[in-house]
Amino acid sequence: MPDTAAATRLVAHFEAGLDAPICLTWELTYACNLACIHCLSSSGRRDPRELTTAECFGVIDELQAMQVFYVNIGGGEPTVRRDFWEILDYATAHDVGVKFSTNGSRITEQAADRVAANDYLDVQISLDGASAAVNDAIRGPGSFDTAIRALERLAEAGAPSFKISVVITRENMDQLDDFEALADHFGAQLRLTRLRPSGRGADVWDRLHPTQSQQRRLYDWLVERGDKVLTGDSFFHLAAYGEPLAGLNMCGAGRVVCLIDPVGDVYACPFAIHDAFRAGNIRTPGGFQSIWRESELFTDLRQPQTGGACASCSQFDSCRGGCMAAKFFTGLPLTGPDPECVLGNGESLLSLLPERDVPRPAADHSRRRPVSSCDESPLAGFEVIR
Amino acid sequence: MAAMPFELERPWHLDRQVAIRPEPFGALAYHFGTRRLSFLKSRKLLDVVQALDEQPTALAACRSAGVTDQELPVYHRALATLASSGMVVEQADHA
Repeated sequence: MPDTAAATRLVAHFEAGLDAPICLTWELTYACNLACIHCLSSSGRRDPRELTTAECFGVIDELQAMQVFYVNIGGGEPTVRRDFWEILDYATAHDVGVKFSTNGSRITEQAADRVAANDYLDVQISLDGASAAVNDAIRGPGSFDTAIRALERLAEAGAPSFKISVVITRENMDQLDDFEALADHFGAQLRLTRLRPSGRGADVWDRLHPTQSQQRRLYDWLVERGDKVLTGDSFFHLAAYGEPLAGLNMCGAGRVVCLIDPVGDVYACPFAIHDAFRAGNIRTPGGFQSIWRESELFTDLRQPQTGGACASCSQFDSCRGGCMAAKFFTGLPLTGPDPECVLGNGESLLSLLPERDVPRPAADHSRRRPVSSCDESPLAGFEVIR
Repeated sequence: MAAMPFELERPWHLDRQVAIRPEPFGALAYHFGTRRLSFLKSRKLLDVVQALDEQPTALAACRSAGVTDQELPVYHRALATLASSGMVVEQADHA
């Protein structure tokens, strides 16, 4: 472990922002063949303004010049883009590693072989339940089997490192050990992330976000595992329970991470698709680099944070006020507590706001109707009149 | 902390799969093989690491980067840590 003083100094550097992100999330399309009820980007339909193949190559050239080591590619379902593998090959040939997230529906044997053969390519399969019942209630009918089949193919292909990526909810919290067993079974690494009230997640957050006692159990479980289970620094608000979890334990939005969305808009983080957190568009002169280095929003996010209402809290140094996106989309002030503050300060503040007027995301690409009834059964929805 | 002994008198080099990005505080180092990100906490350590390739030994790399006798134990430890995570590897042809 690095000594604490040095680590603190390092975090101070990160809070002031780096010349280039450590990594960034790049969503390639809003199109998705699933309609998960908690989708943080409200994906479903493709946006006609999405970046062309040539524009994607241009982004990669910029990232290479800025020495961004890798991108987390997601969506929507990124693999539905016809040029998906072309973009991946271009990135990895230009020193930009790729980690992509998928629901697994297009991880054919051939795709699994491709992942296994490329040292600069990682994949994570999204799974939000360790059983079909729990997973499919969130991700849709058949999605559990699809994900498991993808994991089998990756294991058979001998992919050296792939992940199972789980969004922790009230429903799957009791399955932590099952997720771990599943990951061990496939030789995969387990990654747990936090449910944010972003995108369609706002519609289900109230009933699906972990309870206080579940949060405590999650914290203890994660502390026991150390860096064996990845979290993408997602649960840093839980640091207020005691020792910090593995990771930087800070909000990296606009400081060490950001999001490029399918139409080239740059947001402070993947969970903040809203005008308030949009720093610019890569199609404007200066491209991504000038947005990262000079945009007003990012410059602002790199200023020392005062902590607002939380500044006098004994735990402020641990949790740093929590997640900006979680506050914003639950209608809480950004200078106040996280809605899942472990001391309950967020919860009591939320209860004081009876009619919550919460901001809606900038873009909603949800399909206008839930997935076509034909996706379940060709006869679903047809009433037979006798 | 790194338990592996790191011999300063031997030739070392940065693993070919490691990319280094200079930063105001030092540098970020990313290993594409292990997917590990490391933070080099000073510019001088960056200079040492970058000098490994052209210098016959790790000690020579430290000297060329201006590491003093007093500082040497700190840099020795830092190099040992980098070696234990595979960022820095011993020259293979040196038996």
